[in-house]
Amino acid sequence: MNDVVTTTTYDEDVLIQELGYDDHFHDHHHGDKYQSNFIMHYIFSMDHKIIARQFLITGMFWAVIGGLMSLVFRLQLGFPEESMAWLKPVLGKWIVLNDAGIGTLAPEFYYALVTMHGTIIVFFVLTAGLSGTFSNLLIPLQIGARDMASPFLNMLSYWFFFLAGVVMFASLFLSTGPFSGGWTAYPPLSALPQASTGSGAGMTLWVTSLVFFVVSVLLGGVNYITTVLNMRTKGMTMWRMPLTIWAFFITAIIGLLSFPVLVSGLLMVMMDRGLGTSFFLSEIFIGGQALEHVGGSPVLYQHLFWFLGHPEVYIIILPAMGIVSEVLSVHARKPIFGYKAMVYSILAIAFLSFIVWAHHMFMSGVNPFISNFFVIFTLIIAVPSAVKVFNWITTLYGGNIRFNSANLFAIGFVSMFISGGLTGIFLGNSAIDIQLHDTYFVVAHFHIVMGIAAFFGMYAGVYHWFPKMFGRFMNETLGKIHFWVTMVGAYAIFWPMHYIGMAGVPRRYYSFDNFQAFSHFSDLNQFITIAAIIVFAAQVLMVINFFYSIWRGKVVTEKNPWGASTLEWTTPINAGHGNWEGNIPAVQRWPYDYGKDGKEFIPQIVPLAEGEKDGGDH
Amino acid sequence: MTALTIILCLVLLVVIIVQIGKVTELAAKIRGEEEVQERSNRTQASYLMIFMVVFLVASVVSAYYYKNWMLGYGPHAAASQHGDSLDYLFDITLFFTGIVFIVTQILLFYFAWKYKSQKGRVAKFVPHDNRLEVIWTIIPAVVMTFLVVGGLDVWNEVMADIPEDYVSTLVPEAENEYIEIEGTGYQFAWHLRYPGPDGKLGTRNFRKIDATNPLGQVWTDEKNLDDFHSSEIVLPVGKKVRVRITARDVLHNFYLPHFRVKMDAIPGLPTYFVFTPEKTTEEYRQSLSKYPEYQQPDPENPEKQLWETFDYELACAELCGSGHYSMRRVVRIVSMEEYKSWLESQQSYYLSAIRGSDSDPFKDQLLDFEISERKQEFNDALEQALSAADAKAKTIQFNYVNFEAGSANLTSLSKYELDNLVEALNKYENMTLELAGHTDNTGDPDSNMALSDDRATAVYSYLTSKGIGEDRLTHLGYGQTRPIDTNDTDAGKEKNRRTEFKILTQ
Repeated sequence: MNDVVTTTTYDEDVLIQELGYDDHFHDHHHGDKYQSNFIMHYIFSMDHKIIARQFLITGMFWAVIGGLMSLVFRLQLGFPEESMAWLKPVLGKWIVLNDAGIGTLAPEFYYALVTMHGTIIVFFVLTAGLSGTFSNLLIPLQIGARDMASPFLNMLSYWFFFLAGVVMFASLFLSTGPFSGGWTAYPPLSALPQASTGSGAGMTLWVTSLVFFVVSVLLGGVNYITTVLNMRTKGMTMWRMPLTIWAFFITAIIGLLSFPVLVSGLLMVMMDRGLGTSFFLSEIFIGGQALEHVGGSPVLYQHLFWFLGHPEVYIIILPAMGIVSEVLSVHARKPIFGYKAMVYSILAIAFLSFIVWAHHMFMSGVNPFISNFFVIFTLIIAVPSAVKVFNWITTLYGGNIRFNSANLFAIGFVSMFISGGLTGIFLGNSAIDIQLHDTYFVVAHFHIVMGIAAFFGMYAGVYHWFPKMFGRFMNETLGKIHFWVTMVGAYAIFWPMHYIGMAGVPRRYYSFDNFQAFSHFSDLNQFITIAAIIVFAAQVLMVINFFYSIWRGKVVTEKNPWGASTLEWTTPINAGHGNWEGNIPAVQRWPYDYGKDGKEFIPQIVPLAEGEKDGGDH
Repeated sequence: MTALTIILCLVLLVVIIVQIGKVTELAAKIRGEEEVQERSNRTQASYLMIFMVVFLVASVVSAYYYKNWMLGYGPHAAASQHGDSLDYLFDITLFFTGIVFIVTQILLFYFAWKYKSQKGRVAKFVPHDNRLEVIWTIIPAVVMTFLVVGGLDVWNEVMADIPEDYVSTLVPEAENEYIEIEGTGYQFAWHLRYPGPDGKLGTRNFRKIDATNPLGQVWTDEKNLDDFHSSEIVLPVGKKVRVRITARDVLHNFYLPHFRVKMDAIPGLPTYFVFTPEKTTEEYRQSLSKYPEYQQPDPENPEKQLWETFDYELACAELCGSGHYSMRRVVRIVSMEEYKSWLESQQSYYLSAIRGSDSDPFKDQLLDFEISERKQEFNDALEQALSAADAKAKTIQFNYVNFEAGSANLTSLSKYELDNLVEALNKYENMTLELAGHTDNTGDPDSNMALSDDRATAVYSYLTSKGIGEDRLTHLGYGQTRPIDTNDTDAGKEKNRRTEFKILTQ
């Protein structure tokens, strides 16, 4: 090993020209005419880079909506005695005024907010906003393709997502309120309009929206898989793909296999609602009358839901893991430790994610014997997860680490993933779950491990690839303020929830005063609410920084500002549709040659030196 | 105006933030980007270190501060037999994960700080180490195996249904006896049902649910007739309980936090949970009295301290609609004696609300226990009359012999008492009787006289049809001539309308 730093500059254009692959790009597309006007360029764009931006900005819109909703219900939980009359101009009839003018949040709307918060953040923000954004941006750029396999389906994918958003947004303004039966939408509550006002038109729109959403995910997923399998550039073997691509690829496969099952479940609910079938309904007496439905099982819905629902959490977290692996490696100036172990652990997690779904249902009336299998597989998942954590930590070991906002968020991700992952070991053990199921312990667990952690992964990605997306940098000072407030604040919000959960306080309670056992934590609840407000403010800061930097940020002057070895940094700073102007680059080596042979980094397009072994071959 | 102020403030805030950003970028330009990078790296690395220390200290200190909410510790100990094993598992898992948590967080932040970018430093090129990978695959695998085996062992024991050779009873005494109670969730409360003296819960049919029959109990099932409803769960300490858990409308969850009991309540699909309460409410209160957080006055009842007003609670733990948070019932665990005396005060729901009403399938017949009760009552009255010296005391009024209004047709329920008389006549072979009918003063005296005579004759006919010799019975009607109470009130009139018999010889 050489201790002297050699800053080698590479002339990428020459390398691409000499070694790249000529696909006669310019012979066919004469300057991308079909996207020359504003509407075709920015709205119905088929350029994956534009579509990625569309996903990201739409995702940010929904993140703000979802976050604001959580603030409203956190105010109710933290300050139940305070008047919310000041929200009356916005929320209207959902704030109920008493004679003294004290306004309280209507319980139905509290539940609607909780439901919408979950649905929006899980699907619109952390699925579309995270996977949609970065799969679109990075798959073609990092594997050396000019675009997705089907740019048209890719465009449809965004617009179905947009449509899903429009329908969901419309449901917020229904006089009966949006759906309020929890983001899991368990029947009979979700199937019977008599059971809850939100289960009327709100539920119909909720299902409609999610069906559009799934169409979007499937169109996107088919594209991602096809593109990764078929459109890798010369020399880009599977074992030379960056971990981001591995993560997006596997995520797309999981989504393709699991989302249709959700749709089938949702359609069956709709049939139970409208056509008099009894898939999930049996022996129900409600609203003063006995319903005709017999023979169905509400537990069946839960199986269908969680057959998606559990893989869904990996659909959310795998892209974040991929991004973090890449960002950590680039900014630690070191190869990701155990590249193949990282890939195998992604594969193992993906496989196991399909056979653990019933761990959400230990207390749902499933035969306790069956639960044995789900406990075993659930706790096995901890092993590949642990491997990933150890590999990330070891990636930092011996590095030369740059602490910019992207890398700080990547490090924060690992911390969050450890904290939230470990509490999963409690919940996955069914015996402990008897007490903890549906308490605040669960809320703490999944918010940290797949909420905050996934957000951190997304932020790491946004700060890291912002220069690629917009040709400018985001402001670092604001980014660091954003990171520190979020890091400290997120723990401040969710750490105390463990204690509340251990005490047995159930989640989804509008008020804790009815029970002696649950009413001990008003001070903690206030603390959490205040922390939530501060953290939300930091996200607003991020949004401001984002939009400010798009137009006014520091301009990127060199193609490869981070000194990264992957292909996206070989494109022009503001790459047009088609990504590379001349030849497509050919790949010569794995993507993690940082600090090798005394060189700061070696791009993937640089040929192996004589006798040099490819870093990925081990 | 306020809105305008708020908007202005927000705009100002945005401007300030943007300015901060600009200034730092300018400063970086002036100072030289590289130096600023270096400086920022150093500060961020030290922030990470500070964060780690504060975070770990805060997590340990807060855990200590909230130790009384840790499962199985102090006031938060389980009140059921299986609860302790759950709590133990929790603590074991906390121990292992706690170690992993502290070690990995320290390594993460320490490495980040230690290997911060510095001029002249080269990152080590260490792409992989298969030995390390194997080690950190095997260690978590072994720990997980350990936790899984322990967890499943407990799980299968806790979730097992009652053994088949156990007997359900309302008052379990022997080792193999248990109580089966039922909790039914509905929007937004619980119906609680006990099996009654037969120890068995009766069958239900959701189509039979109405205002008077909230659970849809099927009254033709005799097991239902002694079941009683309760507004709280009362159980004897130390006895096995099987809770049958159902729901009427949507999903609910039968959750007893202090007993570590939780199970979904599903319409159409009964579930169960078996547990044994180990501490009476009073004992649990005593154990709480030692902790300062329970030595404060109860806000609801300031004269008492929190521990004195403590009660076990039943809650709902599955979202069931807008009132989900309010489905509370009190659970009382008491000594066997207290339990028995509580049982004394409970009445069968059937007898108190259904018996004799239109929805009672046994409206036209007596139930076994009613037959034997009434027979006892009749025989007591007869014995008293037989042993009486006074001739006046030899007249016995039929309490349950009734006629359809205005006619001499015996109602179906009348035969039970008459059968008692047949039995007595067969027993005392020398006994002869005079059967007499009476009316109130409503209507025409002559027709009343005729009606009362017809009614006495109807009784006479019934008795002779059962094989009693005609020579032993006389019958006559008195009409309204011999009232035993005032005819000015309805109650008095009812008493005056009567049939009776007088023992002539015995």
